Amino acid sequence: MRKILKNQGVQSLLASLICIVLGLFIGFIVLLFINPNGAWDAILAVIKNFFTYSRTNLQLKNFGNTLVQTAPLLMCALSVLFCYKVGLFNIGAAGQYVIGACASIYAALALGLPWWLCLIIAIVVGCLYGAIVGLLKAYCNVNEVISGIMLNWIGLYTTNMILNSVKEETSPYTLHLKDHAASSILPTLGLEKLFAGNSAVSIAIPLAIITAIVLKVLLDQTRFGYELKATGYNKNAAKYAGMAEKRNIIVTLAIGGALAAAGGALFYLTDFEQWSVTSSTVPGMGFNGIAAAFLGGLNPIGTIFASYFIQHITRGGAYVDKTLYSSQISDLISALIIYLCGFVGFMKLAMSRRIAAKEEKEQAAKKGAKE
Amino acid sequence: MLLLLQYTLIFSSILMLVALGGCFSEHSGVINLGLEGIMVIGALGGALMMRYLPVQMNAFATVALVVLGAIVFGLVYSSLLAVACINFKADQTIVGTALNILGTALATVLVKAINMKVNPDDVSSTIQYVDQKKKFIEYIGSFEFNWFLVIAVVALIVAYVVLYKTKFGLRMMACGEHPQAAASVGISVYKMRWSGVLISGVFGALGGISYILAGVSEWKFENGVAGFGFLSLAVMIFGQWKPFRIALAALLFGLFRALSNVYIGINFLNALNIPSTVYNMMPYIISLLVLAFTSKSSKAPKAEGIPYDKGQR
Repeated sequence: MRKILKNQGVQSLLASLICIVLGLFIGFIVLLFINPNGAWDAILAVIKNFFTYSRTNLQLKNFGNTLVQTAPLLMCALSVLFCYKVGLFNIGAAGQYVIGACASIYAALALGLPWWLCLIIAIVVGCLYGAIVGLLKAYCNVNEVISGIMLNWIGLYTTNMILNSVKEETSPYTLHLKDHAASSILPTLGLEKLFAGNSAVSIAIPLAIITAIVLKVLLDQTRFGYELKATGYNKNAAKYAGMAEKRNIIVTLAIGGALAAAGGALFYLTDFEQWSVTSSTVPGMGFNGIAAAFLGGLNPIGTIFASYFIQHITRGGAYVDKTLYSSQISDLISALIIYLCGFVGFMKLAMSRRIAAKEEKEQAAKKGAKE
Repeated sequence: MLLLLQYTLIFSSILMLVALGGCFSEHSGVINLGLEGIMVIGALGGALMMRYLPVQMNAFATVALVVLGAIVFGLVYSSLLAVACINFKADQTIVGTALNILGTALATVLVKAINMKVNPDDVSSTIQYVDQKKKFIEYIGSFEFNWFLVIAVVALIVAYVVLYKTKFGLRMMACGEHPQAAASVGISVYKMRWSGVLISGVFGALGGISYILAGVSEWKFENGVAGFGFLSLAVMIFGQWKPFRIALAALLFGLFRALSNVYIGINFLNALNIPSTVYNMMPYIISLLVLAFTSKSSKAPKAEGIPYDKGQR
């Protein structure tokens, strides 16, 4: 038992579970504070999400919807995770996601390109957008968090401006791909049949999962991944060892940008939602990506589950009793979980210390018995 | 033109207040990325005060109580950052980001709950304060004079004096440069960092309440404070962590922010026919450019962002 607890992976998992339970618990207290009568039902609704429906058909359909929103979140989380492994905090993922959405929607509606080309364009644009942060960091010493934040807002306003040309006449939303660019919609490869005909369920989901696995291999098994991680551990040591640390920073953020932008494309090319050109806040997808990356213990595979979990409770928020509470309660819970993720280091340290203390005691007892 | 001046002054003072807050926190050694969230919660504190105080109350008492409400909320909220980053050595970037998301979510949930209690059909996250707002404003001719301008100027002087002319300020700055050295001469690094973060909570909250009182007379909390906290961080960096430079930086940024509000009223700008989104983007683009040129020789506190570890040398 103790051996299992000593394992870093197990400790991360435990710490994440503690964050989730505590996050839900504090959320529950907030609900109690607002209205004690429906609090229990509300928190159950958040946890249940699509299980609220009794018909399998509806359950499957809404499970599909949750997955549709998981794919972009996973991509953003992978972007954050990948950069974090190299010692860079890619808060700019939110803006890179927006730019990816912008490029793919524009390529689809204005240029009428097929889906794969839309996706590639989004990735290229995201790559360049991420590289700006990298260049500023490598050559001008600008902190990536600050430049990332600035680029988030620049990305948002640019997107609103560009997509203004492909919006519906009477609403602030972009045109439906279904009616105006059917060939740009991501193919489903029959996946929709598994989810009661939910046509938004597309190859985005398997693609995102494959990306997670590829990143896992890249980071753990390749020389390139090792070099990047070495740069993250100690920039100067990496430079001394002959690694191009400036190039590594730029490449990392370019890849981070590509990942997040692909997330934007994989979401908006399903035609699940339209972009509103009057958006005045940066979508939360990138910021939630930070939550998913840390909740997943900074492991690509763990991130898959963490991303799903966050979207699960976010969608679950829609099922709370609207006469008593607002759906933002799930945003509150995920924000709490991110906050608690800050304590993960402390929790792991506490676990290791306890185990070490116990072992020491036992050894001392053994020694005592011998004498 | 008068309108431009008025908006420039009010936006600059907001940016300056929040940036000074960030300045205190960073000088003590803690990066406060959560300023955006602190602004929202501070604004919430003030807005709730305005909602529940009787309209007949005299102006001075109202202003004082609203400011107090904001400050209390800011203090409590910033202590979340302090506990995590100082006592539990959490990553300051994660916690700051969490506080930003949490601020908007919490304010939205609470305001919606309050609105729904009064009227079950009202699911908006808006608080209105049309009558209360008038107490914050004096008219000098057609110029709207806002009491927060005075608060901002006072804050600037206080910040300068505290940081550079008092034992407390100099000790605090030592904790941001080399905490172990500060500890070796008997300064409590934990206390100093706590003070730094709490002061940033007060300033951030003041910025938040003055932001929602600038120009509008109701606030939709779902929108947060639209990136103002982040802009303030840029102001702080551009000001190189020094109060008077921060004030100048805030004036510049405030001018560009004001332009996006009032450019329609200025004939030659209106004639250029530039979409309003460009003006919205302007402050961010400029701060990015400015940062690119000034970050090489950064005067950032040396130990900022690094959790204090007693054993480290």
